[in-house]
Amino acid sequence: MHPAPSIIVFTTLSGLGFGLMAFLGLGLPGSTGWVALAFYVIAYALACGGLVASAFHLGHPERALRAFSQWRSSWLSREAWLAVLTLLVVGIFAAGRVFWGQLWQPLGWLGAALALATVYSTSMIYASLAAIPRWHGPLTPLHFLSLSLAGGALLAGQVGAALPLLALAAGVQLVVWMQGDGALARSGTTMASATGLQGGAVRAFEPPHTGTNYLLREMVHIVGRKHAARLRVLTLILGFGLPMVLLVLPFNHWLGLLAVLTHVLGIFASRWLFFAQAEHVVGLYYGKR
Amino acid sequence: MTQLPTTTTRKLGLVIDLDTCVGCHACVISCKGWNTENYGAPLADEDAYGANPVGSFLNRVHSFEVTPADDAPPSLVHFPKSCLHCDNAPCVTVCPTGASYKRVEDGIVLVNESACIGCGLCAWACPYGARELDPREKVMKKCTLCVDRIYNENLPEEDRVPACVRTCPAGARHFGDLGDSESAVSQLVAQRGGFDLMPEMGTQPVNKYLPPRPKDQLQETDILAPFLAPVTDTSQGFLGWLDRALSALPGAKE
Repeated sequence: MHPAPSIIVFTTLSGLGFGLMAFLGLGLPGSTGWVALAFYVIAYALACGGLVASAFHLGHPERALRAFSQWRSSWLSREAWLAVLTLLVVGIFAAGRVFWGQLWQPLGWLGAALALATVYSTSMIYASLAAIPRWHGPLTPLHFLSLSLAGGALLAGQVGAALPLLALAAGVQLVVWMQGDGALARSGTTMASATGLQGGAVRAFEPPHTGTNYLLREMVHIVGRKHAARLRVLTLILGFGLPMVLLVLPFNHWLGLLAVLTHVLGIFASRWLFFAQAEHVVGLYYGKR
Repeated sequence: MTQLPTTTTRKLGLVIDLDTCVGCHACVISCKGWNTENYGAPLADEDAYGANPVGSFLNRVHSFEVTPADDAPPSLVHFPKSCLHCDNAPCVTVCPTGASYKRVEDGIVLVNESACIGCGLCAWACPYGARELDPREKVMKKCTLCVDRIYNENLPEEDRVPACVRTCPAGARHFGDLGDSESAVSQLVAQRGGFDLMPEMGTQPVNKYLPPRPKDQLQETDILAPFLAPVTDTSQGFLGWLDRALSALPGAKE
């Protein structure tokens, strides 16, 4: 699939932002006043920044409000609702923490649950697509949620939670890659099932057009897979290894910031691969993956 | 509404005969023509006369080569592909705005272009590559089964079929109600063993494809062969002398 920068930025940053909101909703860290304001500004900047970035890939962003209408069937519509609800509920909870030093814990729990539900709905947009075997399955929500929780713990300064969560997210990432590499072959969809042609080996002889088209650019984006092995190593080192090392060192705000930055860079690499390496079955009609 | 109807009154669709299709691409051109001049946003081309032309099409013809396991010669199959108007259309349910829908009255899958935000998710959801985002209008384009022809009383009756069906010079494309087992298209599917594309995806496509018929095989029964066996293996005359003379030289192979 085409690794559109707007989608990579959106899913990475909003995942981090909602992960941070989940921890803030649980009352971690328990700061109030200016310090709490700083945490909530970061969380809202990441979540809203991601949502704004996602609008850039729309053909008609002026009609974006219509996306709230089909929550009965569409995960994209559910994501829109859950994101707005989370921002509202966490906003009220945040006001209590920042302005009055109050802890309205039930509201915080609700906000945390909504934040995680938002990340889940984002992941289900991809996991629900049977046409992309690498994404289709329960590993995709697990991958997104584990990353969001690890990043959220890191941003919330919860060193005790961040270390195991980063390790968990790294483990899930490895399983996602191992499972994903054989997903298309296991799906049972082949050029023979795509064309229904029997009685011999089927080979794509001639494409329908001499140039490229929307389908090839959007869904058979082979050029993005060029540095896959290197990007996987970078993901593991930057996204998980370095932040964990930095967390183990004696605490210092600058080291914490560095841990967050390397983590975000690593997740950008991971998210690039998530899209670039996903093979859409339409590629079979073109003899490509 | 992007929830799918549980049933549709009719199931209008196409039956495409892979045995008859000659791969002329006339259906591609007539489709592009009709759907550029009529309903909805025109099907744009970009850099049409330049080095890298791209454009949106609702129907494209692939060509595949099938090589049998035995020694029979490979065959070339031309393979037109457009929206299959699936009963369980994944492109419809993913749409966040309700722009994508499946009609209850005839099962046609359509896009309400004025409600489409151009997110492209429906094109991702379709395993067949039937949907393309128009490069100019930035809305999703797909086969409408020429909904503006088939019910159009301003057209002569013989023209009230999809443009691709009307134009096919080989008669490889058939249009009708696949929900009615008595219809001509349903009979054709039953007789010829029509099949679904990617049945494992669970999309339940309405459009069916008819398989290529087995090709004739020439039998290797050449009754003249025994009489035409070579009379001699060695050359005669000058070439024969040359052959013997060269063979006598040292280093010649036995």
